[in-house]
Amino acid sequence: MPQFAANVEVTHLPGIADPAGATVERALPALGYANVSQVHIGKTIRLVVEADDAAHARSEVDEMCKRLLANPVIEAYSIVIEALDPSQ
Amino acid sequence: MSPRIGIVVFPGTNCELDIAWAVEHLGGISEMLWHGDATVRDVDAVVVPGGFAHGDYLRTGAIARFSPVMQAVASFAADGAPVVGICNGFQVLCEAHLLPGALQKNAGLKFLCETTELRVETASTPLTSEARVGDLLRIPINHFEGNYVCDDATLARLRADDRVVVRYANNPNGSLDDIAGICSEARNVVGLMPHPERASDALLGSADGVVLLRSLLAAAGARVPA
Repeated sequence: MPQFAANVEVTHLPGIADPAGATVERALPALGYANVSQVHIGKTIRLVVEADDAAHARSEVDEMCKRLLANPVIEAYSIVIEALDPSQ
Repeated sequence: MSPRIGIVVFPGTNCELDIAWAVEHLGGISEMLWHGDATVRDVDAVVVPGGFAHGDYLRTGAIARFSPVMQAVASFAADGAPVVGICNGFQVLCEAHLLPGALQKNAGLKFLCETTELRVETASTPLTSEARVGDLLRIPINHFEGNYVCDDATLARLRADDRVVVRYANNPNGSLDDIAGICSEARNVVGLMPHPERASDALLGSADGVVLLRSLLAAAGARVPA
């Protein structure tokens, strides 16, 4: 069965506290970067999934996000699916 | 016969002995429930204690809900039995969808370890039956992710159904509507961030948690077969 690499990005929903992002935002000006704002720190989850095609891979990863990888009460997520070349 | 209180232990749980001490101090029997065993055995109530279940990897409580014991806890709760989640246990019960909403990072972005003043908002839960509405209790918190959040519809339901169990008198962490603890629709599942077991003897600085634990023991006792 074809393999697909999934790149899942989990971020805080707007209005949800992001202390790590806020801390980095305060630290960057100390290095001279006074022009930085809106720093957000999220999570990247990479996985490889076997599926019939990219659409199936995506819907299965979407289900994983809803059931475990993200908490929809406080987090948003996005998914990028890429077919893996079987010859590699 | 004394009520048996089951205490769920995940890898990373660290408040189980405090609960056990308080339960036994108040005349109950404590029984550890290892997370890998899919049973709550013959206990009369379950406490999901504080700590860092499964290292809080991914999110607080996210992995814990897949532990075999949680299926048994869910059936036990569905049966109407008392289930109380304290601190990390509250987070686990939210992730397990036994309670609505989630606990996000504290608004002040600090880990908080201090005594808070709680107002009892309802006496009709297994954790507050022996308290009175309006009682002020001094009980410690010890958390980084204790900032309760839920959507507007959920908050409206919690308020309308009298399901906010305790509120902070001085909101320490940004929790929505000053919420420190809530209960399920059937009222038998309660989650709260403060630690009643750490206020279970005057030597600890406050014994205000005793009324809550006594309530739990009474609720558990009501299930002991005559």
